[in-house]
Parts: sequence; structure tokens; C-alpha cells
Amino acid sequence: MKLNLSPAPHVHTNQSTRTLMRNVLIALLPCAIAGVGFFGFNALMVLLVSTFSAVAAEYLWQAATRQKVRVGDLSAAVTGLILGLNLPATAPLWMVAIGSAFAVVIVKGLFGGLGDNFVNPALAARAMLLASWPQYMTRWYAPAGLAAVDAVATATPLSNPGGFTTLQLILGSIPGSVGEVCKIAILLGFAWMLYTKTITWRIPVVMVVSTAVFSFAFGNDPLAAVLSGGLLFGAVFMATDYATCPMTAVGQIVYAALAGLLVAVIRKFSDYPEGVTYAILLMNVASPVIDHFITRRVYGHGWCSPARWPRCWTTSTPTKRAAWRCSWSSAPCSRASRR
Amino acid sequence: MANNRTFRGGVHPLHEAHEGKSPTSGVATRDFNAKAVSIMMGMHLGAPSTPCVQPGDHVKLGQVIGEPVGFLGLPVHASVSGEVLEVGPVQSVNNPAAMAVTIKNDFKDEWVELHPLGDVETCPVDQIVPAIKAAGICGMGGAAFPTHVKFAVKEGQYCDTIILNGAECETHLTCDHRLMLEKSGRIVDGLRAAMRALNVKRGVIAIEDNKPDAIEAMTKAAQGRNGVEVMPLQTKYPQGGEKQLIQVVTGREVPTKKLPLDVHVIVLNVGTAAAIADAVIEGKPLISRITTITGRVKKPSNLRIRVGTRVEDLIAECGGFSMDREHVGKIVLGGAMTGFPAPSTRVPLAKANNGVVVYCARESVELEETPCIRCGRCVDACPIGLVPFKLKFMCEAGDMQAASANNIMDCVVCGSCSYICPAHRVLTSAFKAMKDQIAAEAKKGKG
Repeated sequence: MKLNLSPAPHVHTNQSTRTLMRNVLIALLPCAIAGVGFFGFNALMVLLVSTFSAVAAEYLWQAATRQKVRVGDLSAAVTGLILGLNLPATAPLWMVAIGSAFAVVIVKGLFGGLGDNFVNPALAARAMLLASWPQYMTRWYAPAGLAAVDAVATATPLSNPGGFTTLQLILGSIPGSVGEVCKIAILLGFAWMLYTKTITWRIPVVMVVSTAVFSFAFGNDPLAAVLSGGLLFGAVFMATDYATCPMTAVGQIVYAALAGLLVAVIRKFSDYPEGVTYAILLMNVASPVIDHFITRRVYGHGWCSPARWPRCWTTSTPTKRAAWRCSWSSAPCSRASRR
Repeated sequence: MANNRTFRGGVHPLHEAHEGKSPTSGVATRDFNAKAVSIMMGMHLGAPSTPCVQPGDHVKLGQVIGEPVGFLGLPVHASVSGEVLEVGPVQSVNNPAAMAVTIKNDFKDEWVELHPLGDVETCPVDQIVPAIKAAGICGMGGAAFPTHVKFAVKEGQYCDTIILNGAECETHLTCDHRLMLEKSGRIVDGLRAAMRALNVKRGVIAIEDNKPDAIEAMTKAAQGRNGVEVMPLQTKYPQGGEKQLIQVVTGREVPTKKLPLDVHVIVLNVGTAAAIADAVIEGKPLISRITTITGRVKKPSNLRIRVGTRVEDLIAECGGFSMDREHVGKIVLGGAMTGFPAPSTRVPLAKANNGVVVYCARESVELEETPCIRCGRCVDACPIGLVPFKLKFMCEAGDMQAASANNIMDCVVCGSCSYICPAHRVLTSAFKAMKDQIAAEAKKGKG
């Protein structure tokens, strides 16, 4: 009898990184199926290439940098699949593979790997592709189902408001990225993630409501704003990325509300018809700031305990400077410990 | 019994398995008297007592065998009558050489002369706290803080509420539950004695709402007793943590680096209250307690054991392991969230040991620590409002300044963050080590 002496706690929740990622993959399945149904074989190829090239890139990167290979945690597969669902079905496959590799190696790996990326890898890759190959990224075709052969170039609901009925917007028979068109599939995925407690309702609901409110304030139709473009998909699957959203409930609500505002602002006042990508990316880089200013009050401390901000601005003892540094960004601490 | 009184954060460990309590919660407590006991001198927080018997001496039940040392010192009493076999170090849970007195039981249970104070409502008030000290009573919920020190109200302090902790939020353990069912009158007596000793007007017995029978029994026992009330609480870990309990019951928070008495509250375990009642009414010292023996044993039970009983005797009394000896993975003294793993089956139990839980090898597999994914579950779970994942990075970097500036000293080491972490990061024990290091550093700076 050899007794294990590992310290408390001696029980553990059933959730692990792998089960969380698996639940996200399951939640993405309805979107993938709907996308393939609407856009046909091309869409299937885009999803397969994006997912497998992301996993391959993660494997090669971790093996090349002599890290422990952790493709088994499925995080790369999630990144790849989300990227694929964010692309038009007509995207050339070489571009898809470059996007996946960029997401996994540049955006995630170079910044420390899983959990240390400061923006959502799939979204950053989408932004990179949009900047590098705009001709492929804005080539939209009306969905023609599995039998599609000669697709006809057309405009999306965002650049052609009023061109589609609400029912079309909900069902997804509209031009757009593979995963974003079918709103029912997205809501199914959302329900699954809520049921399995993979994410909470806060970010998706607040972001969608905020977009609707601000779109209405700017004189647009709020329902069309919610159902057009990648808003629902982004709010459910991308704004909720663990590593790049704030930690506290209040912080998440602020983050989501501001992201919704940015979506409405970009759609209304910029030349881009779609604002979800940049809205979420901007809020990603803002979330450490939100986490710094919006924290939970510590039991037995007032709202102005040493680690909180009003004193950090005004005092500079070494202890408080250390608190400031470490709560602003975990980088100086985590980097030292990862070696 | 819907009740929403609770604190922020917390977890629900083993929720599907009724917190592991179902095998023992419905079984009546049995008495168990072992052939020999090893009574440790350092069972309480504070300096270990000095043994005052020699091998070969004959001791009676309740005889003082260890003299108290220092302010936090407590006397130690013989928990069986018989011959002293040995006075020397034994292996304990967290000390490989703990001074102990080993006594061979003659099963005669001859008591020493007892000095009862009489009924708790009429006994002289100024003799209650000395009686508590003389009975060697320490907190029986786990921390083993000497009870008479809790009652030492300093100049300018006062106490207006005494909370009895019957939450029993830990997994597996049902000893307090059974005690509340079987000795509800004694618990209320103990509470009344404590209230009279400090002239406190309000006594609250706090019980999680997963024990409706205990709530009923205690409500019945509290009827007609001056200032005693029963308060059901939501079932959530760590509801029975001292700080959480004070927050939930009184709405007050213990300020950082202060004690409950600073917010005019004293928290006692229900077991401690029953021990106080025994000490006051019968003059009996603390020599036995109820302990839950459960997990992978054939007959999970609650046993009223003598202090110093060894784990192997308890497991034998409960029918032995329910699998081969070589498949035993871990034996934990206490619940799954905060219990200590026992290094051997010969470890004796102390006054504060409320349970022995046996895990098989499969249940005690250590999970591999993987990178933090910053999901924020630990932040949601922390009952104190800390940011555990960030503190962990500071612990890994050995950055004591940053850790203490981010309030690591307020961590109550409840285990919620480690329990909930999907990346299986070792959080709680890293924080405990860091806290010890910071405390040692502060002591060095002072001395």
C-alpha cells in the first residue's frame, strides 16, 4: 500500500481544458453543418483545411520549440474551426491554411501559447487575411446549396440593407461567411455551451443587446443589425474567448457593452460594412485594462485596498509598484515562471 | 427550506454524489474503544503540552497527562484508563515525530474525580471559561484553536453574537450532522454556557439546508432557550468557513488581519459546544469525539472515538478496506477539500480530526498541471474575491511582494480554486506555501 500524499483538495471537477474545448467544438457543429448545407462542398473544404492546418501548425510549432505537444487539448482545433467558419466559402484553400498557421503560431504561440494570447487568434487571423487579400475575403456569393456550381457574386445584407427578409436572415439563406449566416444554428450552439456551463450568458447577450440599442440610437434597424453579418457568431463564439475577455462578471458586461457600441459605430460611421471583427479585437486589447480597474472587492478590505487603483496612482512604495505591475499585466510574472 | 443566505463565490464539490455524505448521514453513531491509544501532546494550535506521566504509570480516564505550555497551551487528558506504555514521538499527520503518550486500555473506564459546575443556566459565570480551559477544549472543526483563547475578550472589545457552526460544508463528513441529531440538547447547553460566560444576548446555530432533519432537531432543542436561534444556510462550499459564516449570519466582514472578535463575533463548531456542555455540566474533559469514517471502507460509519485512536483501528472497526490493500490510494484525515493526507495507517487522531476518508488509487490519481487558459473560473469561485490564477504566477515567480500586495494573506486556503480549475493547476497548496513563506519572513523581520 503506497499512500499518495498530494495536498488538498482531494476531489476535482470533471471539467478539463479538453472537455471545455470539446464542448465548444460540439457547439460549432450546427454552424458548420448549416454552412456546408448552404455553401456546399467549397465550405466543407474550407472548414477541413482550416481545422487540420491549425492542428498541424500547433503540433509543428510545439515540437519545433521543444514544448510539450498539447494538440490533445483541442484548442487548436477550435481556433481553426472558428477561423474557417469566419471565411467566405470561396476562400482559396492556401489562404485558409496560411490563416490557420498565423492564428496558431504568430498570434498564440509566439505570445506564450494557450491562455497567453492577447487577442483572439482566429479573429486576428481573419483581420490579417482581410488586410492581405481583400479581394478573396469580400467575394460573397448567394448560397446555392450542395449543388452549387456557378455561384453568382452578390452583396451581403450589410452592404445591401433591405435586400433580404427577416426570415432569410434567421434561416441563413443569405451571402456571408460559412458559419455566420444561420442564426438558428448559432443559438443552438449557444444553448449547448450554456447547458454545459462552458461559457456564461453575459458576454453574448450584453453584446447583442448593446449593438441593437446603439444601432437604434444611430438610426438603424436594430433587428437587422443583430441578424446581419457576424454579430451573433462573434458574440457567442469569439467575444467569449477565455484568454481575451475580462475575468469578473462586471468587467465582462462592460467589455461586451463597449464591444456592441464599437460594432454599431464601425458599421455606421466607417467605410467597412462589417465591424464585429475589429470591435472584438479592440476590446480584446482593452480587457487587461478593464480587469485592472474592475475587480472584485476583497473580503475584509474596503474599496480602496492597496492593490486597488486610486492609491496606485498616487503612491509608489515598492510593494504597491509590484502590485501595479503584476495586476496590469501578468507578463512579468508569468514569463519568469514559464522557463 | 428555501434559503438564499450565502456569500459570493464558492463551489459545489461532489454535488451529484450528495457531497459523499449519503453513506453515513443516516447511520447512528457507535461507540468505539480501541485497545491502545497514542495521545499527542500537540493536538491544538499552540505549543505542545509537556507530558507529566511515566511509562508504567496507571492512569484513570480524564487524568491530566500533559501540562499546558504558554498562552495558547491546553492540558491533555487520558482518553482511556490503563497503563502508560510509552512516552515518546510518534508519526502524526504533519509531524513525523510528534510527542505522544501511548496508553494500553484496560477497558475499566474509571474516571478521575470530576468537578461539575452544574446546570448551564445557573452555574457561576466566572468559572465557565476556566472550566473550558481545564477540559482541554479546542476548536473541533479542524483548526484546533484553543477555545478559552477565543473567549479572551480584551479591553475595549465586546462580543454580541456567538455563531455555532453546523454548516458542515466539507464533503464526506457527517459527524456534526449526527451530533446535531443525537445530542441537540447538549449543543444548545454548550451555546448557552458560552453566551453566559461573555454575557452575549444572541446565539445563532447555522446549518446548511441539505440537513433538514438537523435543522428540525436543533430548532426543537432551541425552543424556549434564551436568545438561541437556528439559521438555515444555502448548501455551498465553503459555507462553514469562519469568515463566510460571519458574513452570512451577521452581514459583517472580518477586516483583513483581524479576528472575529473585532467584529464582535465568536464562531464555535457544534462539536466544541457539546464539549463545553460536557465540561460544564459533568466536569468531563475532552477525551472523545465523533469522527466520520467513510470512502472505500466496507462499513462507512460515524464512531464516537477516544482521542488518540489510530487510523488502522478505525478502519478495522469499519470492516476494513472495501478493496485490496494495494489498491488503496490515499487516506485523508478530514474532508476532500481541506483534509490532510495521512502518511501511514498508524497515525493517531487528534481532538480536531473530524473524519477519515479512504480513496482508491484510481480516485487519487494526480492530474497533470496544464497551462492556465484564463477562463476565470477560479475568480468566480474564490469566496474572498482574490484572483487565484494571477497569484499562482506570482507564486511560481517567487514574488512575495506582488503576492502580498494582491492580498494573498487573505486567502483562506479553502481549495475552491484548485477544485474548479479545468487546467488542473495546483493553486491552493501553492498559496499555502507562499503564505507560510511570507509569514516566516515577517517574523524574521520582527525578531
